Amino acid sequence: MTDDKKADQPQPAVEQPAVEQSPENVPAPTGEAVPEEVAQRPSRRVRQVGERQGMFGVKGTGDTSGYGGLVAPVVYPAATQRPYGGWFDTVADGLDPLIDMVVIHRGEITFHIAPGNLLAAAKLLRDEPDLRFELCAGVNGVNYPDDTGRELHAVYSFLSMTHNRRIRVEVSVPDADPHLPSLCGIYPAVDWHEREAFDMYGLIFDGHPALTRILMPDDWPGHPQRKDYPLGGIPVEYKGGTIAPPDQRRSYS
Amino acid sequence: MSTTEDLYAGSSETTDGKVFTVSGQDWDEIAAGLGDDGGDAQERVVVNMGPQHPSTHGVLRLILELEGETVTEARCGIGYLHTGIEKNMEYRSWVQGTTFCTRMDYLSPFFNEATYVLGVERLLDIEDDIPEKAQVMRVLLMELNRISSHLVCIATGGMEIGALTVMTIGFRERELVLDLFELITGLRMNHAFIRPGGVAQDLPPGALEEIRGFVALMKKRLPEYAALCNANPIFKARLEGVGHLDLEGCLALGLTGPVLRSTGYPWDLRKTSPYCGYETYDFDVQTWDTSDSYGRFRVRLNEMWESLKIIEQAADRLARLEGEPVMVADKKIAWPSQLAIGSDGMGNSLDHIRHIMGESMEALIHHFKLVTEGFRVPAGQAYVPIESPRGELGAHVVSDGGTRPFRAHFRDPSFNNLQAMGVMSEGSMIADVIVAIASIDPVMGGVDR
Repeated sequence: MTDDKKADQPQPAVEQPAVEQSPENVPAPTGEAVPEEVAQRPSRRVRQVGERQGMFGVKGTGDTSGYGGLVAPVVYPAATQRPYGGWFDTVADGLDPLIDMVVIHRGEITFHIAPGNLLAAAKLLRDEPDLRFELCAGVNGVNYPDDTGRELHAVYSFLSMTHNRRIRVEVSVPDADPHLPSLCGIYPAVDWHEREAFDMYGLIFDGHPALTRILMPDDWPGHPQRKDYPLGGIPVEYKGGTIAPPDQRRSYS
Repeated sequence: MSTTEDLYAGSSETTDGKVFTVSGQDWDEIAAGLGDDGGDAQERVVVNMGPQHPSTHGVLRLILELEGETVTEARCGIGYLHTGIEKNMEYRSWVQGTTFCTRMDYLSPFFNEATYVLGVERLLDIEDDIPEKAQVMRVLLMELNRISSHLVCIATGGMEIGALTVMTIGFRERELVLDLFELITGLRMNHAFIRPGGVAQDLPPGALEEIRGFVALMKKRLPEYAALCNANPIFKARLEGVGHLDLEGCLALGLTGPVLRSTGYPWDLRKTSPYCGYETYDFDVQTWDTSDSYGRFRVRLNEMWESLKIIEQAADRLARLEGEPVMVADKKIAWPSQLAIGSDGMGNSLDHIRHIMGESMEALIHHFKLVTEGFRVPAGQAYVPIESPRGELGAHVVSDGGTRPFRAHFRDPSFNNLQAMGVMSEGSMIADVIVAIASIDPVMGGVDR
């Protein structure tokens, strides 16, 4: 889309614009209204979580377009500054010291919360009369392999039926230490969702009553939804026999 | 080996106790075997039901601990239908994603497509640009789909308690809905018809008359279900008080849909957070106050009447919207969904070929880029839940700014609601487990994805 416009008018690679951001997501100028210790939190900064290279998927001498050398950063919507507007502020007030970062994008609010604060935040979300998020719709993992130190994200969706509000809570943990607390004790609904996130991403929910695989076989090695896990290409074992991946089964040449 | 010895049914000793393989008509052998043991096995029996038991709604495995005929502990084993749809979607373009997600919950394909497409449209920021006709067609198809899904739920639920007539008439009516789907989308299931930006095609000629005819027929036939079941003493005896779960339990376990509404709480996303213009339709949220399987049956039956009301309104609007566009005006989003087929039924239309090959090189470039690579979606994440026949269905769609979904996760109501199976059936009779599961209406394609 935007690339086609660019195709008409070549631009130097260094001036690749960041991906589109909604106006309310422009970060505040540094050092203004944000306490120093808050500003120092790593999640406050706009972070690049990856890099996109080239345009047509061609590399080397096959690239006759000249666009193969383009490098564009992958940037997600940046933190939003107060006031958030409407009930967003009410919820943010209720959770305040526990929040690392708030992102409002396309009318949906996301609270980024550190793993250590998750239990306290969930308890507040459920019990506080102003918040009253009765229902946790579930949790699912997302893997950002290039987001160093925060490779695995657990994304929760909470719903307050009393106030008819919906928020998203995002917790990120490093691949090397993928531990975060289980919300099973507060929201029993997340039981299977946490097992699925463990199965697919290897997120370890401490305190879960039985964190076992749920969709894959019990003895399956690896976590299939991670970005470094291939699509297909895995030999399948059935009753002692091994079936090679499709591309290795037979040579027709 | 003697001929009386059964090759498959037999018993063996394991570390967890004696294991019997049951293949029917061998109860005497089990009773005798249990008698030998004398100890623990006399009191505690663990039965493995499924994964292919006919009453488990697909490939669901139930592990039941019994004391006599009473279930003391019940667990589910799922994953037998896991096909990695979410992983596959990360390797296809945004438009191709609809052909994958439509196959998840195979009884409500339009809902899977709709929640995914609404998420993509929110990320593209084109929610307000979707033509009215596309939105009305989405509503029409979703409500027809709600009827067909509820019919299967009631039909199979009836079959599992021995009410075969409910099954035959349920599938008879569902067939009519599938015929409508075939007329409108070309396929009976797995339509991939709702696409980012609108729907794939306009209504075919004569579709509105068919829809009106179907509504008129359903108004005659829906009372048959009420006459067969509503006051039927056997039906009521099997359903009333079975699978009880109150409002508190529903919220703790995240249950939505007919199960939640059977507690008397009128929570319906079509009313509380409308999408596709549901706020402009006149319909009521159906509730019941018994929190049991019978209440859920009545909620579903009543919801079919409400769906008929919405279909009638949608049909009236479609009659007014004849010739209007069904896809967003931005060609870069619309084009990959509108690859018209030539009059010979093969390949692209000749007009299009003439245009891109003979008249405009820019058009050729755009065709090539958009068809091979797809359009780009701005980075971000969206979650637009909708009210599927089984409850809150939502797609968590994450984009990194590329032409393929970075992550698409479906919060399927069957997956979540099946967690309540244990709470609903522990302490009840083994035959009631089946009724409780039927009242949740899980579809394993959606549970396992």
